[in-house]
Amino acid sequence: MSEFLQQLLNGLSLGAIYALIALGYTMVYGVLRFINFAHSDVFMVGAFIGYYVGKLVPEGTLWGGMIVLIASMVGCAILGMTIERLAYRPLRGAATLNVLITAIGVSLLLEYSGQVFFGAAPRTFPQIFPSANFSVGGLVISTNQLAVILVAVLLMIGLQFIVYRTKIGTAMRAVSLNPKAAQLVGVNNDVVISFTFGLGSALAAAGGILYALNYPSIDPLMGVMPGLKAFVAAVLGGIGNIPGAALGGLILGTVETFVNGSQWSTYKDAIAFAILIIILLFRPAGLLGKFTVEKV
Amino acid sequence: MLSVSDLQVSYGAISALGGISFKIEQGSIVTLIGGNGAGKTTTLRTISGLLRAKTGKIEFLGEDITALAPHKIVARGLCHVPEGRMIFSNLTVDENLAMGAYLQTDAALIAKNRDYVFSIFPRLKERLKQTAGTLSGGEQQMLAIGRALMSNPKFLMLDEPSLGIAPRLISTIFEKIVEINKHHGITILLVEQNANLALEVSSYAYVLETGRIVMEGESKKLRADPQLKATYLGG
Repeated sequence: MSEFLQQLLNGLSLGAIYALIALGYTMVYGVLRFINFAHSDVFMVGAFIGYYVGKLVPEGTLWGGMIVLIASMVGCAILGMTIERLAYRPLRGAATLNVLITAIGVSLLLEYSGQVFFGAAPRTFPQIFPSANFSVGGLVISTNQLAVILVAVLLMIGLQFIVYRTKIGTAMRAVSLNPKAAQLVGVNNDVVISFTFGLGSALAAAGGILYALNYPSIDPLMGVMPGLKAFVAAVLGGIGNIPGAALGGLILGTVETFVNGSQWSTYKDAIAFAILIIILLFRPAGLLGKFTVEKV
Repeated sequence: MLSVSDLQVSYGAISALGGISFKIEQGSIVTLIGGNGAGKTTTLRTISGLLRAKTGKIEFLGEDITALAPHKIVARGLCHVPEGRMIFSNLTVDENLAMGAYLQTDAALIAKNRDYVFSIFPRLKERLKQTAGTLSGGEQQMLAIGRALMSNPKFLMLDEPSLGIAPRLISTIFEKIVEINKHHGITILLVEQNANLALEVSSYAYVLETGRIVMEGESKKLRADPQLKATYLGG
């Protein structure tokens, strides 16, 4: 029983990271109807910003950790908005395939620029938050895991607030539903799209930091696998659906952790794609996605 | 108030508007009638900035707005209620109205416009927390007009407000359109396939046929025109 709970805890903390990345995929899909493949590399850049800023602040302090987290989120928000401005905005109105191919191009650009600037060799991520393990009723909980769950929950509550309680969030939902109608009430869609990229990229950066805390070896290609899995999580929850992305992430992380702890651990990466195939076959709109019916 | 001169618009190689010109005086209701594919919706979409003109000029309140982005045109007080209503179906009625006031910053004015919307469409007030997609067709049209009124417009363009609405609601909605014009002084450009109805409420009309204006005049006179009667008014 305690092993089950332990695995569940590990799974949820991995899933929370997938969820943070998946939110960015799903929000961008919501407003632009394409998959931003460069998103997983923004996650990687987030971890590297954390690595360099982490050298400037004392290790193992709460305030130092917070500074690293915020610096990385701000840095990646700017990066995400810059990518949108330079690579995607000129293609507004072009076929989705063109944008999709551009996204793959941006992804490769970030990965191999990363190898040029950061080097291809893995680096060890500093222990930015205070580190300790404590056991509760047979469960071993590390502060890193707690940080993951705490930060992820707070960010998701914050996101929920932005999307459902603010003017720009309502505009995001409006643009996602009907970009033309949004323009006709006076929304500048470019501003909303830019904001969406910034928001999604900041969440990916937080995901990058939290991932690096628990798997402290970082390199320029580290985003590929978590990025793909987060993409699966977004599809699993229903692409374009924000609560769906969070749910998809948690499910995927948990399933992967349980498979990893079983005799089939070799297949821990395969399981994500098996889930993708099954969901596309049986429920292509995802768990929380629905085919909307418009009344005329 | 609005002046369109030699407007040409095309979709790729296909010409949709072949150089139309018209003027709309402040405080009037003007209608644009014509059959399917005549270019009525294209005209409205080009004025509101959703489509780009190939040549020609659109002036609003004496200023050139031909190349402006849609949100900048809304900011000047020209609001377009599109064909098919295009309400935000997954947002509540309340949120739809709030989106209508997206560019408004004066809270007192927003509250005043909201009260005005509720005074002409009391049904919307009853359904404030309801998801807009669950409203009936007529209620959705009320919401679309209400949302446009929230932008505090000087000029309203309505595209087929009678489309897909229960006949009994059509007359209500047209009464409200006249009321908005009379009591609020909002100039209206009305596009309709139901030419009888459109000529009844408007003071001046333009008849559009395959991208050209083929006839214009006072609505009263056009209603009596034998040629127009035969083509659009069912004998």
